[in-house]
Amino acid sequence: MGLEPSGLPKLDIVSSTSPAVEVTGLTIRYGNLTAVDNLDFRAFPGRVTAVLGPNGAGKTSTIECCEGLRNPASGSVRVLGLDPQKDQRLLVGRMGVMLQEGGVYPSARVRESIELYTSLYGNVADPDQLMHICGLSERSKSTWRQLSGGERQRLSLALALTARPEVAFLDEPTSGVDITGRGLIRETLRTMAEQGCAVVVATHELDEAERIADDVVVINRGRTVLMGTLNEIRNGRPAIRFSSDNTIDLTALSSALGTPVERHSAGEFRIDADGNAELIGKLGSWLAANGHPLRDVNTSGESLAEIFTRVVGDDNQ
Amino acid sequence: MNIFLAQLKSEIRLVLRNGEQLLLTLGIPVMLLVFFSLVDVLPTGESDPINFLAPGVLSLAVMSTAMVSLGISTGFERSYHVFKRLGLTPLGTPRLVASKICTVLVVEIVQFVVLIPVAFLLGWEADAKRWGIAILGILLGTAAMGGIGLAIAGRLRAEINLAAQNGLYLLLMLMSGMVFPLTELPLVMRGISRALPSTALADLVREGLSNAGTRPGFSLIVLAAWAVVAPVVAAISFRWD
Repeated sequence: MGLEPSGLPKLDIVSSTSPAVEVTGLTIRYGNLTAVDNLDFRAFPGRVTAVLGPNGAGKTSTIECCEGLRNPASGSVRVLGLDPQKDQRLLVGRMGVMLQEGGVYPSARVRESIELYTSLYGNVADPDQLMHICGLSERSKSTWRQLSGGERQRLSLALALTARPEVAFLDEPTSGVDITGRGLIRETLRTMAEQGCAVVVATHELDEAERIADDVVVINRGRTVLMGTLNEIRNGRPAIRFSSDNTIDLTALSSALGTPVERHSAGEFRIDADGNAELIGKLGSWLAANGHPLRDVNTSGESLAEIFTRVVGDDNQ
Repeated sequence: MNIFLAQLKSEIRLVLRNGEQLLLTLGIPVMLLVFFSLVDVLPTGESDPINFLAPGVLSLAVMSTAMVSLGISTGFERSYHVFKRLGLTPLGTPRLVASKICTVLVVEIVQFVVLIPVAFLLGWEADAKRWGIAILGILLGTAAMGGIGLAIAGRLRAEINLAAQNGLYLLLMLMSGMVFPLTELPLVMRGISRALPSTALADLVREGLSNAGTRPGFSLIVLAAWAVVAPVVAAISFRWD
């Protein structure tokens, strides 16, 4: 393993086709409550896998099972070919973890926390580089208590990187993070994946997932309801999406185009059709003729939010 | 750096940085020692109250570090998911527990380094021919008090734990013959007090450093029992997160 200019690990597992994480028939129960019910998913080295779901869907329970923190009631979990419970001592040195919240001594300074964790992992990463990567160099003397929510998330991410992990489990990494911080976290996760790490991100933030994920697993009520690459999922149902003012006569427009037009939200519309130039031309002409603007035409298929709404339902968002 | 040493360094640094814990482990014992030795209001029965106070305050220092300081910090670390995260590193539970024990012992040594010279300056006439008994009492007392502190911290929410540890500290300080003589307690309370680990600790330290223990043999049995039972209860009942 060598250190890349970015400071992130260069791993020897790039392009591996065997899954780094393989969850089969996972069931997790808390007393009478079944939090995760016969769940399947896989995550591969060199890719970012987003585990999506509404609050209470079972994302954190699943992630914690993969980390070895929870016992499954049934099913199988393999991480880097190991059992996270039985082989936890072998696995911890190869795994990066970002908890949903906390995990840091509240009165420890940023540098001290990172130095402690790098020591625990045998000093394979440089604390100064990690602080630089995570945008914390100027906050190195601040304690965890003094950090903003976004800075705390970035510190947790830095700690996850101290292992130079082959697999990383990140639970809601962008929760409470501002726009700049989100960009930094996205960039870091992409770099990790490019260098061979299997990055598993549990989140309910669909926009973020759409920006960073290669693969998507959607969980609802503890079950896998959708799984595939982001492109496969989005291209499964081609659509043209566009923005205009909210006064469009949808019946008239649908009739003019010869295909139904739906209002997705205020000023946002979708047409279930391939994004061909002829149809887009007809759309533009009709809107212009009827005094409506045409903004943000997008032919990349359904957005993740639309897909999520379709498979999970509005009531769960 | 060795994993254990890295963790130990971190633990010690955090304890020494925490002003509230320093007040508890050093400030209060020093204040009690100085105040009650200069202001002779305690019915100690001694010609010089420092001879009663010095071993009692040293015992109080052990209790404040091993039970209250350890218990409060552990409670907050639980609530901040520190143990959960550390559990996913190569540190491992044995090294984490060992670093906590060593931190307590290091802080106790610092306490003794400060308190013993202060006691001598205040005129303490130690009679430490049986110092081994005091050392044994301090080690058993550390185990017993640490077990109690962790048993409480391992189950309660951080804020409730904080109140419980401080309340228990006050109660044991008053009831254990550390600062106030046991002979001043009502008979029933005196009987209960004899079964407390803090009373046994104070008695053994007083026997070892001032040759003035009242029932050292009985105190040794009581403290040894607490030193076994309390850590076992803590180990069984403790929730890491």
